[in-house]
Amino acid sequence: MIPALHNLQFLQPKLLPLAMVDHHHADPVAFPIAHAIEAMSWAGWILWLPMISLVLCGACAALRIRNKLPAIITVLSLAGSFFVTLLLYLNYHEPVTIHLFEWFNIAVGDGNSFVAAFSLYVDKLTLLWMLFVTGLSCLIALYASEYMEADLKSGYARFFAGVSVFVFAMSSLVMGDNLLMLYLGWEGVGFASYWLIGYYYQKPSAVAAAKKAFIVNRIGDLGLALGLYLTWHHFGTIQYTEIFAAIQHGVDAEHGETGGWYIKYIPFMLMLGAFGKSAQLPLYVWLPDAMEGPTPVSALIHAATMVTAGVYLLCRMYPLLEALHPLALPTVAWIGGLTALLAATIGMAQFDIKRIMAYSTVSQLGYMFLGVGVMTTYGGAYHVFTHAFFKAVLFLTCGAIMHGFAGQLDLRKVSGLTKMPGWRIVSWTMFYACLCLVGFPYISSGFYSKDMIMAQAFISHGPGFTALGVIALVTALMTAYYTFRVWFRVCLGPVQYEMGDEHHGDDEHGDDHHGHDKPHAPRWAINTTLLIITLGAIASIVLYYTHWGQDMVAGSSAGGGVPSAHHGETHGFWDDPHTWMPWVASITTVVGIIIAWFFHLAKREAADQLKAILLANPIIRWLPTAMENKWYVDELYHAVIRAPLWIGGHILYWLDMNLLDFAIVDGIAHLPRWLGRAFRPLHNGILQSYAVSMAGGIGLVALLVLFMPRILQWLGGGG
Amino acid sequence: MTTVLATELLTVLTLNQYLLVSAVLFTVGLVGFLARRNLIVMFLCTELMFQAGAIAFIAFSRFHLEVSGQVFVIFILTVAAAEAALALALVVLLYRRKETLNAELWSELRE
Repeated sequence: MIPALHNLQFLQPKLLPLAMVDHHHADPVAFPIAHAIEAMSWAGWILWLPMISLVLCGACAALRIRNKLPAIITVLSLAGSFFVTLLLYLNYHEPVTIHLFEWFNIAVGDGNSFVAAFSLYVDKLTLLWMLFVTGLSCLIALYASEYMEADLKSGYARFFAGVSVFVFAMSSLVMGDNLLMLYLGWEGVGFASYWLIGYYYQKPSAVAAAKKAFIVNRIGDLGLALGLYLTWHHFGTIQYTEIFAAIQHGVDAEHGETGGWYIKYIPFMLMLGAFGKSAQLPLYVWLPDAMEGPTPVSALIHAATMVTAGVYLLCRMYPLLEALHPLALPTVAWIGGLTALLAATIGMAQFDIKRIMAYSTVSQLGYMFLGVGVMTTYGGAYHVFTHAFFKAVLFLTCGAIMHGFAGQLDLRKVSGLTKMPGWRIVSWTMFYACLCLVGFPYISSGFYSKDMIMAQAFISHGPGFTALGVIALVTALMTAYYTFRVWFRVCLGPVQYEMGDEHHGDDEHGDDHHGHDKPHAPRWAINTTLLIITLGAIASIVLYYTHWGQDMVAGSSAGGGVPSAHHGETHGFWDDPHTWMPWVASITTVVGIIIAWFFHLAKREAADQLKAILLANPIIRWLPTAMENKWYVDELYHAVIRAPLWIGGHILYWLDMNLLDFAIVDGIAHLPRWLGRAFRPLHNGILQSYAVSMAGGIGLVALLVLFMPRILQWLGGGG
Repeated sequence: MTTVLATELLTVLTLNQYLLVSAVLFTVGLVGFLARRNLIVMFLCTELMFQAGAIAFIAFSRFHLEVSGQVFVIFILTVAAAEAALALALVVLLYRRKETLNAELWSELRE
């Protein structure tokens, strides 16, 4: 197993000129397309149950029910959804569409029509997604039943109604058999996200974060809407079955040229939507701020499920991306790789543990896009699956810490959690989830999914894919450092803590068990949830070895991105990235963990010293400063987009106030008054002045009559 | 005899002379109206101006041998009589309110 060190081909960039991009993937892969069946309409209950839960939670809110009834309703209906999904999985034989009811069927012009039925497209990709969406939703709702109990008197029902509407929308997004249902779900999850980020609506920062998330997502959604329209315009349909059939009949880039100039923009429009929803490079700024919402929301929506919608869209539309433009997938790969790197650099310099997790989410989403882009949808989708579990655990443990320490999230102010009574489950599930996030060799699920992506970056031929692989490895090193920075700081070391200043809800008086001087350990609902999801994370390793994930992706529309079995003949260690990647990645990870161990456990003062040294050096001082300030991206957007809009808005406001309102609207209204004011002196009540005016008027008329002929003569002569 | 005398006079007097009398009378009335503040004097001045107009009407009527001018004068006299009755009654009422005939004191009537 000693690597052949003389053979360092992998270090030489395989930058290929564009024309040489390997097109063998562009051949439409014959994956099975779903056919409609009459039966199995009970699968609709996956959507109806959260809907019912929404209505019931709304009723609870209207009836001012102050107990845990909304949580019970939500957990039970989401559990029901999960079991229906499980039943669907067990009854699955081949891709099918299940018709629920007619939705849109509009005749447009000559023979065209716009058809979007409320139907479900069930293939293995759908099932893969739905299994973790409904399962995790149910568990996180259970966690939230304890986490949100301080709000029993105010927003408890509102919170669970939001979770229900989210699950309904997410199910519609994943299960719809056409792009319009996806769009419905897409907007629905965006709305639920807005609803739940702004849950603490009395907090200005939460309201601002909710608005930011909504507005940034609008940009992406515009892309999706345009993509949807162009798809319909080109294919005459937005139903997956018909689109895939058209692709398989060979609508590739060459044929596409005849289909209109817009056809090559379809993948990029869809991509823009995916970048917005999944917080990729130009549009990632909303996700870290979304952490203002309650932590279960961060775990469920902004880490595990909703943000993977973009990856789902790209996997579902993978044949389209492959066929319609040769640069579509490389764009996805580059955006993903750069996002992963950028978010990791920011994550290294933050102190708020929830924000670090948020940036790690952005970074891991970048890996997923990289996976899809370098043509391993299997890697991308499998990373979505493993990430959903371990990131949910990470957020939920952060939430438990925040809950127990009255909102304390600064990693410098909590230490030695493992040694505090009642925190053992939290700290050790967090430890395992950290291992998964960094991809610790063999015992963590992230190891398998991440390696698959990084290895594929070295295998697939595309513009700069090798460089992307190196970027991914560097990012993995950073990930290992910042993840274990959190864990070593918070969970190990001397027992020290400083309580936060957050008052949960408004029940400061009465039998308040949220004392603000002592941490309180989580109880059964939080601990159970953490344990179950951690078990799920461990189980996803088994799924790798049984090739379950590969099987799930291969039979779906994303099947084109599942690498076929190795061609066997591996000459040396370095020839097959799948052979050396585990070793390289493992070493990278361990090095990152050791660095984190040194600076944040062994010699904590060394970290401060290093920072002081860096800050003292005038040449590299900008680096830690910029990283801590998130590369000033928010400030950049503020200067480039918000400030001009603000200035323009104020100019328009000024024009509106002074030109439209004052000069035109008020002016017309004031004109009679001004005229009246001008003539008012005439009306002075003095009889003689009236008489003078009359006499003067008569005199004028007389003069005019006298001289009129002469004036007319003069005018006529002059003209 | 008087008619003979009048006829003779008219043959002697020209239209311009009548109009001159009319203008002088009108000017006297106008100046009086503008210059004085006593309500009764101002009212009399308006009557003067009426009569100046009447003289001009009659002069033109005779000059053109057309009777409609004289008809107008009848109307003017009628209106002037009615107006005199009304205006004097008003003046009496105003005097009772303020014990004075000064027109300036009634400028609040503009409201």
